[in-house]
Amino acid sequence: MATGFDSSGRLPDFFTSTGTSSFTQFLSQTAPELLPGRRPLPPGLSADVAPHGTTIVAIATAEGVVMAGDRRATMGNLIASRDIKKVHPADSYSLIGIAGTAGIGIELIRLFQVELEHYEKIEGAMLSLDGKANRLAAMVRGNLGAAMQGLAVVPLFAGFDLSPADSGRAGRIFSFDVAGGLYEETGYEAIGSGSLFAKSALKKRYRAGVSTEDAIRLAVEALYDAADDDTATGGPDVTRKIYPVVMTATAAGTHRLSDEEITTVAEQVVQGRMENPGG
Amino acid sequence: MAMQFYASPEQVQRDRSEYARKGIARGRSAVVLTYEGGILLVAENITTLRKISEIYDKIAFAAVGRYNEFEALRRGGVRMADMIGLSYDRRDVTARALANTYTQTLGAIFSETQKPYEVEICVAQVGASPEQDELYRITYDGSVMDEPGFMAMGGQSEAIANVLRERHDSAAELQVALALAAEALGSVGGENGQTRTLEAKQLEVAVLDRRRQGRAFRRIAGAALATLLGHEAVPNADLGDVDSAPPAPAEPKPTVSAASADTEGKAEKPDSEKGGKA
Repeated sequence: MATGFDSSGRLPDFFTSTGTSSFTQFLSQTAPELLPGRRPLPPGLSADVAPHGTTIVAIATAEGVVMAGDRRATMGNLIASRDIKKVHPADSYSLIGIAGTAGIGIELIRLFQVELEHYEKIEGAMLSLDGKANRLAAMVRGNLGAAMQGLAVVPLFAGFDLSPADSGRAGRIFSFDVAGGLYEETGYEAIGSGSLFAKSALKKRYRAGVSTEDAIRLAVEALYDAADDDTATGGPDVTRKIYPVVMTATAAGTHRLSDEEITTVAEQVVQGRMENPGG
Repeated sequence: MAMQFYASPEQVQRDRSEYARKGIARGRSAVVLTYEGGILLVAENITTLRKISEIYDKIAFAAVGRYNEFEALRRGGVRMADMIGLSYDRRDVTARALANTYTQTLGAIFSETQKPYEVEICVAQVGASPEQDELYRITYDGSVMDEPGFMAMGGQSEAIANVLRERHDSAAELQVALALAAEALGSVGGENGQTRTLEAKQLEVAVLDRRRQGRAFRRIAGAALATLLGHEAVPNADLGDVDSAPPAPAEPKPTVSAASADTEGKAEKPDSEKGGKA
């Protein structure tokens, strides 16, 4: 059992106190060892001890957002995983992808999912999209110490804004830096080692107000370009049928593209590159 | 020196019980019952403060009595469930563990403090079939009961439970179960022992949907509730959602933080230039 429960099995006082609606804040008081940023690390740089996740792209569309991630995790020059999933739903209307130390990233995603759900249950209402992004920024900031020692993780957050200030921009994208800086992006954004190439590809092809269907194709193309020039990013693996994870967030909620849907798109992209390798 | 009066432990316990029971009887009642598609939770509640809420994927919480006390217990339950779910797995959060914690907590408060909690709570967990549903009733003194498919809490709960006992059917449709719950709640509290007809706005209704993946809790309100109370079925998609149901669009944006992209410029404008429609 997690800490905090005394032998009688009753709820300790801090469980029933008014306290906070934030789960991470609650954990920081009761079970700080469950927070990724609170663990003591051995001195020195520990960058190559754990697998690294790589490229994630997000695109704002007319209906919301599309987020896609490749499936590779690397450890130095080795491929640690061919089928890691780095894009997940954060709650019913938002998506989160991670680049950097995979283990800490996956833990951050799990914690962030609980954080949002916890707030909903305690308060009986959902956080605003800006509120969610700010919470995530605070969680990334908490990991700064580990990041300085090489265990950096940077998320990409995107979602459908249920109460947008500007009705034309329901799909919004937020990027972060290791210090917890929060930046709202316009149109599209990519993170991870292949982001340079993915962003260059998107810069030429992206048009504001693109449809979700076209944006899915754009995202897979951008990941192809990233994999083309970055060894740490995995391209479509046609022999094993491993294709990028693509998710959308719209007024209807989040949706992960089924295996059939993504296979169709990925095969079209590969087919196109057979004729013109540059896209 | 002040005279120390002796009070026997039995007397102390009896006084506390009576105090708690009186407090609970002052409030309105709630019922929880299984139906074909899950577990239905209905509370008589005209305020926006909630007596029924979600604890975890398959678990809901209903309470009657003093609001501040059961709200503290509810928060504690949500925190405990989320902590277990994060440390282990989502499937490892069970109603029985929660009920055990609640009974220990309420039992300790009853025997160790001056004032017992004036609450009666229900922890419900939906299973794959009505036989696998679990309903736990935990009372102010920490006693816990595993209820057989239906339960009533609050003042005159015996009378309400009698109505349920005669007619409860775990294979009933949602609208039939809701009609029974509303009738049972309305069977007490009328003038001169008359029954009352409860309307949609007097009821707080939620279900744990047996067939739903992930979070099974759904709140039923507004048009869907009125339709169900009129003995008509409502398509599953229109039943309402968890508490994450979209908040109403706000215009203009209620708060502007430093992270918002539009801090500059807009703040300078006087109110009359903004929008102008209001």
